[in-house]
Amino acid sequence: MYPLSYRRASSVDEARRLFQEASDAAYLAGGHTLLPTMKQRLAVHDVLVDLTRIEAMRGISVSGDTLTIGGGMTHAEVSESSEVKGAISSLAAMVGSIGDAQVRHRGTIGGSIANNDPAADYPSAALALAATIKTDSREIAADDFFTALYETALEEGEIVTGVSFRIPETAGYAKFRNPASRYPMAGVFVAKHKDGSVRVGVTGAGMEGAFRWHEAEEALAGNFSGEALAGISLDPGMMMGDIHGSPEYRANLVAVMAGRALANLGSAEAII
Amino acid sequence: MVTVTMTVNGRQVSKEVEDRRLLVDFLREDLGLTGTHVGCDTSQCGACVVHLDGKAVKSCTVLAAQADGGSVKTIEGLANGADLHPLQAAFKEHHGLQCGFCTPGMIMSGVDLIERHPDGLDEKTVRVELEGNICRCTGYHNIVKAILAAAEEMRGGMRQAAE
Repeated sequence: MYPLSYRRASSVDEARRLFQEASDAAYLAGGHTLLPTMKQRLAVHDVLVDLTRIEAMRGISVSGDTLTIGGGMTHAEVSESSEVKGAISSLAAMVGSIGDAQVRHRGTIGGSIANNDPAADYPSAALALAATIKTDSREIAADDFFTALYETALEEGEIVTGVSFRIPETAGYAKFRNPASRYPMAGVFVAKHKDGSVRVGVTGAGMEGAFRWHEAEEALAGNFSGEALAGISLDPGMMMGDIHGSPEYRANLVAVMAGRALANLGSAEAII
Repeated sequence: MVTVTMTVNGRQVSKEVEDRRLLVDFLREDLGLTGTHVGCDTSQCGACVVHLDGKAVKSCTVLAAQADGGSVKTIEGLANGADLHPLQAAFKEHHGLQCGFCTPGMIMSGVDLIERHPDGLDEKTVRVELEGNICRCTGYHNIVKAILAAAEEMRGGMRQAAE
């Protein structure tokens, strides 16, 4: 890791100020993507602004049909939260399957959402649960937030302060892990909402990162079960291909994981 | 440079270090606590696990500056004088190690795991929860046995204390 200056912010305003004063700052949340990247010298920042002590970015609350999680909440806190388990049990279970116990003690929802790793779990849930990403200056619908690999609608210096999820009638998640990296090679979050609409968020497989599988959503709106997916397939042209799996393999894996998610509503299944 | 002050194994320490200093290097190089190991250095293997403010973390992926003001427990802080912690004793009893390189991290993760499951543990839970700790010798079997045995003993101790 190249030399840097560490700054700890106690408020969102202070974090923004510290960020702007530096020439090439980065925000530090759990740091479990940023620090490994900096250790390998794949990323260089002169200042790291630590967001984890900002009280306004903590907390979990349920209001009506909305579950709101502060951007600074760790995966361990979210997965063990009785509010999250009560409102969206499949979301709690999905978050409990991220990384490992030690990673979940540090990694945060805000960091995961802002990083938009194409194989992160959270973006699929944000899409399926019609999330609203709250920042220090505005609110952004999840559909408009994840723009490309590691790219989001965030402006330079903008901070994810919280995420609101629409509480569905029922939902489920299933992923197939890469045996080495443990990130999903395909992860599918399915949700049936109280207005009857269905949303399907897919991570790990898309060439442009997480995406909604609209064709499956339409089929499932009439019949919310795995049978409705028979005969529907994804275009391999949209899928990632690498040494771990071809685009055709991933396209098929997404369909299989969608079926597994529908068979495990209220929960999350991590395969391998 | 930044001055970091924290409690390590119950003792307050304060040192001036580079901002980029990793917690694991702070423990090993600046404090001489070499029980915490560096295995992969990429947050995968868990040899560097310590408890930060009561939670198991990979100290190769935390800056010392992030731990400023906090409390750290390492493998050196687990025994009570000559009396091994129940999990250390269980690793000895059940031969939960071969080369021993992963053992400090395994034990710190195991203690955290037992403390997070006060109602008891089963084998499947232990195996799933050890996701973040890699052992290349044992095949994990005796590590799992040791954690289950210590969990049972520690629950017994807690029951006695409650009575």
